[in-house]
Amino acid sequence: MERRRILLCAGTGCISSGSLAVKEALLNELEKRGIADQFEIVTSGCHGFCEQGPIVIVHPEDIFYCRVQAEDVPELVEEYLVNGRVVDRLLFKDPISGEAVKNHMEIGFYAKQSRRVLHNCGVIDPENVDEYLAQGGYEGLKNALQMSPVEVIEEVKKSGLRGRGGAGFPTGLKWEFTYKAQGDKKYVVCNADEGDPGAFMDRSVLEGDPHAVIEGMLIAAYAIGADEGYVYVRAEYPLAIKRLRLAIEAANRLGYLGKNIMGTDFSFQLKIKEGAGAFVCGEETALLASIEGERGMPRPRPPFPANSGLWGKPTCLNNVETFANIPLIFRIGVEEYTKVGTERSKGTKIFALTGKINNTGLAEVPMGITMREIIFDIGGGIKGGKKFKAVQIGGPSGGCLPEEQLDLPVDYDSLTAAGAMMGSGGLVIMDEETCMVDLARFFLTFTQKESCGKCTPCREGTKRMLEILERITQGNGEDGDLEMLEELATTIKDSSLCGLGQTAPNPVLSTLRYFREEYEEHIYEKKCRAGVCTNLVSYFILPDKCVGCTVCARNCPVNAISGERKAPHEIDQSVCIKCGVCYEKCKFDAIILK
Amino acid sequence: MKENLEKNYTEDPFDYEAVEEVLERYQDEKGALIPILQAIQEAYGYLPREALEYAARQLKTPLSKIFGVATFYAQFHLTPRGKNIIRVCQGTACHVRGAAKIMQALREQLDLDVDGTTEDLKFTLESVACIGACGLAPVIMINDDTFGRLTPDKIAGILEKY
Repeated sequence: MERRRILLCAGTGCISSGSLAVKEALLNELEKRGIADQFEIVTSGCHGFCEQGPIVIVHPEDIFYCRVQAEDVPELVEEYLVNGRVVDRLLFKDPISGEAVKNHMEIGFYAKQSRRVLHNCGVIDPENVDEYLAQGGYEGLKNALQMSPVEVIEEVKKSGLRGRGGAGFPTGLKWEFTYKAQGDKKYVVCNADEGDPGAFMDRSVLEGDPHAVIEGMLIAAYAIGADEGYVYVRAEYPLAIKRLRLAIEAANRLGYLGKNIMGTDFSFQLKIKEGAGAFVCGEETALLASIEGERGMPRPRPPFPANSGLWGKPTCLNNVETFANIPLIFRIGVEEYTKVGTERSKGTKIFALTGKINNTGLAEVPMGITMREIIFDIGGGIKGGKKFKAVQIGGPSGGCLPEEQLDLPVDYDSLTAAGAMMGSGGLVIMDEETCMVDLARFFLTFTQKESCGKCTPCREGTKRMLEILERITQGNGEDGDLEMLEELATTIKDSSLCGLGQTAPNPVLSTLRYFREEYEEHIYEKKCRAGVCTNLVSYFILPDKCVGCTVCARNCPVNAISGERKAPHEIDQSVCIKCGVCYEKCKFDAIILK
Repeated sequence: MKENLEKNYTEDPFDYEAVEEVLERYQDEKGALIPILQAIQEAYGYLPREALEYAARQLKTPLSKIFGVATFYAQFHLTPRGKNIIRVCQGTACHVRGAAKIMQALREQLDLDVDGTTEDLKFTLESVACIGACGLAPVIMINDDTFGRLTPDKIAGILEKY
């Protein structure tokens, strides 16, 4: 009898929402009823819909249950698995229409996606190499090994694949440089130091389909002539490290890694190196220095890693998602691969949708889709029905796009022209309650802290920019501040040693470009329209709503609130420290922020 | 591991066994300084000066270089830490969904500053840039457990579990 397959998401997100407890409960319940042999329970990688986790999908009907907790399991088993009655309350409800959606692929979040690179995530058990093989795993490698290295590089060039780490450099070209470089030893390195706050694409690929990355690195190694490789994973991703380790062991066991792979004279061994908590180590030369056991400080280029990288040898360094695209290209062929995407940005991109939208999670879309479609169709629109303000792309190195730019096609060149950049794929959606000046300050605080300190423009320049932004958000902005910010920004961009410094001013420049009035309001009118910068906003008690319960006065840490019982209270603005406790405690909505 | 922490506070001589074992484990590996420091920290809970001095001698590397690497990376700590490490994510997605209030609640309930450790060595409070669970913002981690979709009133209940 055909067993029904139940997929439980076991990515970091769903695990922290309780998916492993759901698995336990499910196994117990099925055992108890003696029907465990009718079902195959598989813990898969990330389905991408983290907002709605833990996720349970039942095949073959592909029904999608979400926010499932251990307590829900007995009902789910009794009603659905045994009696075939759909458990309505656990179905996904469309945020706009409010209607329940049964089928996985009909959910708005998934309908417009193009899950090619992510085709195994959420479908297979990432700790079981047989499932990877069953989905066409290592077919790409087999095909590549039947070509010559030069032919392999030509295929990658024809595919138009560009680096998914953010810079978008043509991958085929990078491989060609490394192939042509002179050296008795060559390396392939995978950059899995995904440090952009708001980005978790690489983590999900590593947790959900680690063999895809291994296969990609194998093909690269064959093409350039390398026999050793490293995956540099940030230490903050313990599950990704564990799954990758298991995958490498399995690949070694089956002969996909090691000596004489698939009967050829190509040999390759792969090791994992853990990061130690430094954002700058996502920069290629800093990353290589870190593998060598040094402080992660970048160095000037040329020479580029393709010619002189790890321990001075030619090194091909690519991002996780870039490598994960490679097996796909060699499995389905360049013609099929290039059917998706735009003229100069082929293929798909995985985005992490976060912030103030209804459907947060991971989505893979074809290049060329508009930002509007991503945010409103896939993302389900702005949470709480608020108004869209801006979307930040590219993390602390990127820029923001306002409403007017929403119909921009998402591809490398269009985004750069608009003052943003593709970046690694983190998209943070903001609504009217986000202050753009505070946002720029927030990003700069991050890049300033992560600056390695080697070059003056970045080390000193970002500090000065941050000082100005802090003054502005505290209500001490001065005439001339904006011009100084712009001058500093262009200088830092032009003269910094590495990408961190070169792109740190981007959030400031981008918010100045599209939201200059907000900066001016902060400086000249001492006003923060989003109500975020505490020195520029005040708390007021509405006399017609206040019932005089005295809760606010009793909780105020500086005794700024006065009033008689049952009579409207008042906040003394000269004493108030804007902590917001009264606002939180008031049960009558009588306190507002102005 | 726990015994080692307690030993350091009763002024017993330093126990080199762990650092010796680490150095032996990595003796044939190239560029292994960072994994070595990670393993030493795993064993002692932090990077004791004695261990670093010993490693410097064994690896024939200047202590200044080891110190340089130890202070460059956020993961390494030169002072003892709490048994439970609370990491509050201050990444973009969490920030936009109220991470500052979560940090405030934790600081108040533990009476700690960021990077501080409670006197009984039970908790250390840290802020990190991004945990990578952005779909569940705001997020904190305590050791290897992740807690998402937080509000300040949920904090007390979570702390009680430790």
